[in-house]
Amino acid sequence: MSPILQIRHVTKRFDGLVANNDISFEVGEREILSVIGPNGAGKSTLFKMISSFLRTTSGEVLFRGARISNLSPHAVARKGVVRTFQETTIFRSMTVRENVIVAHHLRARASLAGFFFGSSAARADEAAFAASADEIIGFLGLGAIADELASNLPQGHLRALGMAIGLATNPTVLLLDEPFAGMNHDETMRMVALVRRLRDERGITVLLVEHDMPAVMKISDRIVVLNFGEKIAEGTPAEIQANERVIEAYLGSEDAAIGM
Amino acid sequence: MIRFLSVAAFLVALFIGVPVLITLTGRWDFYYTLTSVALLSIGSAGVWLTFYIGRINIGQGAYALVGGYVAAVLITKLGFNFWATLPLAGLFCAALAVLIGLPILRLRGVYFSMVTLVLTEVARLSALALPVTNGARGITSIPLPGEVSLFGITLLPDFATLENPKLAFYLMAVTLMCLAYLVLWRITRSRLGHLFRSLQQNEDLAASIGVNIAFLRVLAYAISSFMGGIAGAGFVVISQSIYPSSFQVADSVNFILNCFLGGLGFVFGPMLGTLVLYFGWSLLFAAAKYQMLIYSTLLIAAMLVVPNGLLSLPAMLRGKGGEK
Repeated sequence: MSPILQIRHVTKRFDGLVANNDISFEVGEREILSVIGPNGAGKSTLFKMISSFLRTTSGEVLFRGARISNLSPHAVARKGVVRTFQETTIFRSMTVRENVIVAHHLRARASLAGFFFGSSAARADEAAFAASADEIIGFLGLGAIADELASNLPQGHLRALGMAIGLATNPTVLLLDEPFAGMNHDETMRMVALVRRLRDERGITVLLVEHDMPAVMKISDRIVVLNFGEKIAEGTPAEIQANERVIEAYLGSEDAAIGM
Repeated sequence: MIRFLSVAAFLVALFIGVPVLITLTGRWDFYYTLTSVALLSIGSAGVWLTFYIGRINIGQGAYALVGGYVAAVLITKLGFNFWATLPLAGLFCAALAVLIGLPILRLRGVYFSMVTLVLTEVARLSALALPVTNGARGITSIPLPGEVSLFGITLLPDFATLENPKLAFYLMAVTLMCLAYLVLWRITRSRLGHLFRSLQQNEDLAASIGVNIAFLRVLAYAISSFMGGIAGAGFVVISQSIYPSSFQVADSVNFILNCFLGGLGFVFGPMLGTLVLYFGWSLLFAAAKYQMLIYSTLLIAAMLVVPNGLLSLPAMLRGKGGEK
């Protein structure tokens, strides 16, 4: 399995507080890898550095051998590494379909001036975006609510919409920010199945940051465990479940419910 | 079809109806008022566009003043024809907006607004201090627009030779206004507008889908300031003078109010807002010292009753009030 994403000695310091200390791991092509850890372990910070929403203090992130850390977020997305957000981050006063269509930005071949003057390339783009948006909406089962305003959607659908926005960019690697947070068991199982389909049917590599242990154990090919900003373990779900440092980290914190 | 007919009716009213009415009633002073409204509504259109990317821009007065001075200096000191200075004033303002916008558009909400508010005052003080602007005495006796000809054919006549330059200025202003709103309408209907709206709603999400948010913010602000500069240059040539006090903080605030009053959700909101506000203020002139009191009370009432602007009234009356 060749690595598609390499996190190399990444460190982040905020005024003396070390949020991430010398983190290194690799994500393979078409792998589903989860980063887990108790609250405050530095998962979100790492996630933001991979998507260039935060600058690293030192170290670098490589995508297919080229550095993607310390760029601007849109430049990373352009290369094919796209993050999603938790559910409140959507274009609230657009409909579901408009959300997905606007997210096709990276697939545009016409220039902005072309769109302004309605060139033939722009019209071809618009038609292609509309068709692709409908396909994505169908894939995620949002067809019935495609014309609803996004601000009217319940939480479960918002999560799916966030994923639809991510898919519209045609990502090679999708970074999912706590995709199971706040979900009940049934919703979680549906989301687990969906993330698998992203990989199996669309060939997308998935890196996710998550709290929900049972879901992570079920979905991941490999898991990286952070605690207090350090990487304390890496391995298959079975290896992680048996790892003493991991059990200690979880039992030693308030997040005692490791779910095993 | 209905849309096409209403646009046609609007253009006929603007270019034929108003001049005919003014000739019949003999109210020639309305030309100046309506010319001002048309020019100011171009500035308001720009402010509306910055709303569209989620920024409250209280600095349009600065660009109107800069555009006005660019036109005045080019005409009086370098002998340019007004028609050449018009686009140059707009472009100068757009370039200035890129320089100023790059740092300040990183700010959001009230912080951005505060900085833009200060810009108007900076522009006024600069106009007082710079040698080229002639300080507080301003630039006066600016000649009327000269002839524009191509291959010996007169495209635009010299305004000084016209029997009725007021009508000519009116036609110039409403033509510019129509162009400005055509651009605005086209932006909102195209993907460019959808991207601007995505910035308004969530810049982080827009960046995550690959939108170069810094570029688009500056682009919107530059277009906005271009319109401000055009409005300012137009004003200079109708009043044939410009002073540091020609556009002040109050004017910047008025540009905003025009947008609010007309409706932020409607492309033609700022145009209607400018008309109502300008005429409202003038009509209340009869109230003398109570002018400001009545005016502000009416404005507050308008914002309470129709918070989404005057253009939201039809939908409200149809019982869909409250929604956008």
